[in-house]
Amino acid sequence: MSSTVESLVNKAYKYGFVTDIEADVAPKGLNEDIIRLISAKKQEPEWLLEWRLKAFRGWQKMTEPHWANVKYEPIDYQAIRYYAAPKTAAPLGSLDEVDPKLLETYEKLGIPLREQKLLAGVAVDAIFDSVSVGTTYKKKLAEQGIIFCSFGEAVREHPELVRKYLGSVVPASDNFFAALNSAVFSDGSFVFVPKGVRCPLELSTYFRINASGTGQFERTLIIAEEGAYVSYLEGCTAPKRDENQLHAAVVELVALEGATIKYSTVQNWYAGDERGVGGVYNFVTKRGKCAGANSKISWTQVETGSAITWKYPSVILQGDNSVGEFYSVAVVNGKQQADTGTKMIHLGKNTRSTIVSKGISAGEGQGSYRGLVRILPRADHARNYTQCDSMLVGNRCGAHTFPYIDVQNSTASMEHEASTSKIGEDQIFYLKQRGLNTENAISMIVNGFCKEVFKELPMEFAVEAQKLLAVSLEGSVG
Amino acid sequence: MLSINNLHASVDGKEILKGISLTVNPGEIHAIMGPNGSGKSTLAQVLAGHPAYHVTDGQVLFEGRDLLDMEPEERAQAGFFLAFQYPVELPGVTNAYFLRAAYNEIRKSRGEEELDSMDFLDLLEEKLKLVEWGPEIMQRAVNAGFSGGEKKRNEILQLAVLEPRLAVLDETDSGLDIDALRTVAAGVNKLRRPDNAFIVITHYQRLLNYIVPDRVHVLSDGKVVMSGGKELALELEAKGYEWVDAQAEALAQ
Repeated sequence: MSSTVESLVNKAYKYGFVTDIEADVAPKGLNEDIIRLISAKKQEPEWLLEWRLKAFRGWQKMTEPHWANVKYEPIDYQAIRYYAAPKTAAPLGSLDEVDPKLLETYEKLGIPLREQKLLAGVAVDAIFDSVSVGTTYKKKLAEQGIIFCSFGEAVREHPELVRKYLGSVVPASDNFFAALNSAVFSDGSFVFVPKGVRCPLELSTYFRINASGTGQFERTLIIAEEGAYVSYLEGCTAPKRDENQLHAAVVELVALEGATIKYSTVQNWYAGDERGVGGVYNFVTKRGKCAGANSKISWTQVETGSAITWKYPSVILQGDNSVGEFYSVAVVNGKQQADTGTKMIHLGKNTRSTIVSKGISAGEGQGSYRGLVRILPRADHARNYTQCDSMLVGNRCGAHTFPYIDVQNSTASMEHEASTSKIGEDQIFYLKQRGLNTENAISMIVNGFCKEVFKELPMEFAVEAQKLLAVSLEGSVG
Repeated sequence: MLSINNLHASVDGKEILKGISLTVNPGEIHAIMGPNGSGKSTLAQVLAGHPAYHVTDGQVLFEGRDLLDMEPEERAQAGFFLAFQYPVELPGVTNAYFLRAAYNEIRKSRGEEELDSMDFLDLLEEKLKLVEWGPEIMQRAVNAGFSGGEKKRNEILQLAVLEPRLAVLDETDSGLDIDALRTVAAGVNKLRRPDNAFIVITHYQRLLNYIVPDRVHVLSDGKVVMSGGKELALELEAKGYEWVDAQAEALAQ
């Protein structure tokens, strides 16, 4: 049994290559001068520099959290570079002006930045080493008043919107990693959908870490005004590296009255080699606020990468009748560790939340679901449904569940279902007897297990996610 | 088609099959009977290649190929089918998706073109009639929440779709009421052709009223102790398995 397992598990990471582009890098370490440098490089207004500095001063007083069920060597924050930009002439109006080497990298990654994507009707804001190099379909979106651009561009072109919403969902003082991000964030995406507009495209971004030892601190802000709708896709891969790479992103979503934001992620950062060396540390703060009544925020994530994942996409249900959803598939294989889940904070009346979490542990992976459902006193008739399923593949992995429930209103209704199953030799044998090989059998069983989550993904992404899952689990059972 | 010669097999170090020999020709139906623990289901699992069973001696030739040297999926692709005694559940995987995947894997292995979902639906329509089912069953997850009878019927549906050369039915009759038994048996009879064969494993003679065998073999303690025509099943039913044991003992002496 185990020979197939070994050979497949040991398959090298497909996207492990490094592009040779001279990076415009800051010296290692973090102090106020570095923050001033970042801000100056990005030609930021004074208020934003002050905001960063305030975050930095707060961060210095904070300590790294260690309550998550993950283990790693201490991070030396002074050994990290906090800024790197590829040397290309800016600003760029079209793809023709983009460094051909960058485009080549995207091709290798299979990122269809050009025609394929355009034909598919997806606008792409690609991020390479912290600076946006290409944005497409912007004009078409602009006709409807939709803003979809890099965070840096938003700061220059729409400072009033950025200033109004930045930190309104995840304050700079929120947690250690969010504070660090607030101090040093490099770039990211900005989306604004005005009142009553339904965004006609799935907006999508690809992230990629490149320059050695460079921390990646993305900042994403999405605002949907009254009655607006937007679906945003985020997916990423990272090249192979020997040093651990810290990724501490912050994503903020704001949904005003009657607005809907759907945020989908397929995360496939480099998970490290077979000993777990060199993988990405993914310490992310993602949070949405249903600020207005009848608004809805839905997170869907498929997490297959990273050495360590620390991530809890959450929803603050402030508006009455607002809806929060969290659909998650988290896979750990090899030496990967993931502590992921969500927080649903019910403030408004008749607020509803749904949590569907599917954890798959294989190899020596350790997967934890950690979720908080809090019903505050004013949240009459709030409802939550939580379904938390774990699947074990093999007998060296672990699955853990940490559900926290805090109900402060007696009219609340809570449902919690949990299950743990082991992918059975008998299930695999049954499928093999019907002509499927072991890999296809596992893929079919696991995809069946994750079906409730995959059906929440946009079609194009769902297909990609299924393939990714199959690749992630190849040979994990023999 | 199938030639088993002196097959020995064990599970967890315990020998269950102690030298089984059996020959099945195209167009034939063989019944294998025997008391609990005689090795009937083990024989089925060994032929299908279940990894928990270890063959310690003997050969099995299937259409001239060494069956024991093949992976379970290669056996399936070569036309060997096992209707499981306890079909497994596959939550979230629809019957339609599963069946088409299996069907196409087998076609691919033969160098044939895969069938798209529309063409496959046409094929299914025919096959569903055989087990007296409507199309709604195809959208349900494989065996998940199925009754015992539905699971067995689903095995026959798979058999009908995959059209194997040799099918082993492992206690397909257990847990079936008389109506379900008739449906299942009628399905099998319709699938019978001069170029395929069946091995029907059963504890009771009842099923053999509906699927009439050419040969009946009685297993006891891992060996074939008696073989005969269809009348052997009736005799066995009348005299009970104690009679077989007595015969076997006499044989051993």
